[in-house]
Amino acid sequence: MIIELGHFALVFALLLSLAMAAVPLFGAHRERESWMRLAKPAAISISGLVTISFFSLIHAYALSDFSVRMVVENSHTMKPVIYKIAAVWGNHEGSMLLWALILALWTTRLVRQKEIPLPLQARALGVAGLLQAGFLSFILFASSPFQRLEPPAKEGLDLNPVLQDVLLAIHPPVLYMGYVGFSIAFCLAAAALIEKKADSNWAGILRPYAMTAWIFLTCGIGLGSFWAYYELGWGGFWFWDPVENASLLPWLAGTALLHSVAVLEKRGSLRGWTVFLAILAFSLSLTGTFLVRSGVLTSVHAFASDPLRGVFILALLGAMTGGALLLYAFRAPYLKIAGGFRPVSRESALLLNNVFLFTVLATVFTGTVYPVILSALDLGTVTVGPPYYTLCLTPLLVPFALLMGAGPNLAWREAQLAPVLKKLILPFVAAAGLALLPGFLRSEFQPVATALIFAASYIGAATLQELFTKTNRFRHFRLPASFYGMVLAHLGFAVMLAGATASTAWKSEETLWMKPQQILAFADYDITLRGIQAGLGKNYDFDRAQLTVATEGLAVGTLAPEKRWYPGAQRATSETGLLRDGLGIVYATLGDADAKDPLRRVLRFYFHPFILLLPLGVTLIALGGAVALLRRKRGEHGA
Amino acid sequence: MAHKAALMPLACFAVLAGVFAMALLREHNPAILPSALIGKPAPALELPAALKGSKGLTPEALTGGITAVNIFASWCVTCVGEQPTLMQMKKDGVTVLGIAYKDSRENIALWLQKHGNPFSAVGLDEKGRAAIDWGVYGVPETYFIDAEGIVRHKHIGALSMQDYTAKLKPLLEEMRK
Repeated sequence: MIIELGHFALVFALLLSLAMAAVPLFGAHRERESWMRLAKPAAISISGLVTISFFSLIHAYALSDFSVRMVVENSHTMKPVIYKIAAVWGNHEGSMLLWALILALWTTRLVRQKEIPLPLQARALGVAGLLQAGFLSFILFASSPFQRLEPPAKEGLDLNPVLQDVLLAIHPPVLYMGYVGFSIAFCLAAAALIEKKADSNWAGILRPYAMTAWIFLTCGIGLGSFWAYYELGWGGFWFWDPVENASLLPWLAGTALLHSVAVLEKRGSLRGWTVFLAILAFSLSLTGTFLVRSGVLTSVHAFASDPLRGVFILALLGAMTGGALLLYAFRAPYLKIAGGFRPVSRESALLLNNVFLFTVLATVFTGTVYPVILSALDLGTVTVGPPYYTLCLTPLLVPFALLMGAGPNLAWREAQLAPVLKKLILPFVAAAGLALLPGFLRSEFQPVATALIFAASYIGAATLQELFTKTNRFRHFRLPASFYGMVLAHLGFAVMLAGATASTAWKSEETLWMKPQQILAFADYDITLRGIQAGLGKNYDFDRAQLTVATEGLAVGTLAPEKRWYPGAQRATSETGLLRDGLGIVYATLGDADAKDPLRRVLRFYFHPFILLLPLGVTLIALGGAVALLRRKRGEHGA
Repeated sequence: MAHKAALMPLACFAVLAGVFAMALLREHNPAILPSALIGKPAPALELPAALKGSKGLTPEALTGGITAVNIFASWCVTCVGEQPTLMQMKKDGVTVLGIAYKDSRENIALWLQKHGNPFSAVGLDEKGRAAIDWGVYGVPETYFIDAEGIVRHKHIGALSMQDYTAKLKPLLEEMRK
């Protein structure tokens, strides 16, 4: 009964979305205030209805209502409650409903937006209504989570045990907050195109939405990467997998957007480009969803492939992105207003930043869709792997780093290059020294690692130097929040890049058969296998290896990798054993037993030095975004 | 009036959407990797029995009727999923032969006892040599061989019931003709 209520609420929400799209858009066109005002109550009602619908599903999962098909397919009575609830969005249908819910919630935030002209708000909400109508009809007509099963099943079919993980339970909502958050920027961009007007005020309204979405996306990508690191047991944090790329692409577009919207807000230029990036960020979120959900790209993550759904999503993508780009083609020329700036200025630096980010984006995009294009043209099946990305992105990163260090030093409108270059000699030399240091210590020279460590240290050093000068040697700190946000985010990027490079370039790896009491000399450690124990977990049984790790006779800690068997799902998973030592991580996975001697097991070890710089860097980046969101206070003026 | 530069994104998007649509609408199956064996005689089967008291695989096993050669392993997790399909195939009159890839007799016996045994004979390929002859990418894989001993089809990955009814049944019908 409650499930039917949820279904009905969603149908009603769809009808209201259509009304929210039609009435305010037409009202804004005819300048009828009462029609425009209808958007607000409509948006609030829709979010109420979608929330009801979502909770009806949570209810069904929490109580294990096995007359609902999705519950049977994705849950099990033996499962812990938190995973029962996470199972709501652990599958295609539920995750689409989560998407609609988050869109509805973001839309209500736009309803409460202050200092926004009514026509702009009505148009943006109208476009949001169009998007919502698209997603809701996709849910209702092509992926309904409300189907009943007759007769009801006795027991559920469990959730993929690999997906039974706290991090993974919170990962999709965080990621979707990011993806869908860009939809508000998209709606504002479409509204600006309809009005032929994108000014500083518009940029000021858009920036917090784009920033918040970007922060969530940063966290989402970070969490996903961390999950892949410890759960998949492949000893890596980024595989350039299509699904990972699908989240990276809107992040890159969003990063570019945040930099160009700053120019528009402060200086009034880059209007058309900013509008384009706002459309692009959300379109790439949609494309990512399309690539994953439709099975066009196969990957380790793909959990729903259905051609009909693919056609539906492609139609949605075509209508939304195609529609916005059509509008852009006809209206963008009206946005052009001469807001000139000199070749050497902050504006130019930010524009150049956009050029770099856009090139990176194009590189990742090409690597991701190239296999699709080849297979569509019947030219064969290929996969594009990490070597492509290393080869293409490393040469880009070094000039990008040089720019990133210089940019914040340049004045708006017109800057002098010579003093800035002079100032940057110090960070340049320091970074070069730091980059060459590992080569001397290890007496081996790795060109890619050296280049990337140089890039990271240079960004770090130049950013700290800028902080040092702007705060007048840390004597006064009354600078705009956006400046501190920039400092944190740029430092975070440097730290992340250093961590990614160091942990990849200087990792150690070993796979071997081990017997109890055997000692392995690995990296700088002595690892002893104390024994293998078997046991029973909540809904699985496991084998666990007990390993102790010591260095020069001193104990560092223990590792306990597990191999689990989930009888409910008839699946085995492996749980990584992790041990932190300084900024590095010793990583162990337990493999199969020898058929003849069950005490002999395959064990795989990795040592990743400095890998903790990665999460630290990502946290700093997200924190930088959050700091930049703080309102300017006490008469502070823009940087 | 549209400006030329402003039309660029739309044009790029149109091309991409077209490619996506083509990728989506054509019969798309990334699991099909061509096998060099298709249309050629199957490699000779000469493997010791994996189960005590049953026969191993000999070249004669492939003559007379349609045969499915299934390469599996007791350590292979996805293999469990295709056991019901293999059982169904056996019921439908297909001779199902098993090649246990890099496995041990004890584990195979236990595994078949637990998940059912659709095989009329199971050969043990302890070192994975036979798998090389057959061009195996990984387990499970299934080869379909007609009455003349010619390989007609190769399926990579676990055989789901859906694969069987939608794709393989028509193929088997054709092979029977």
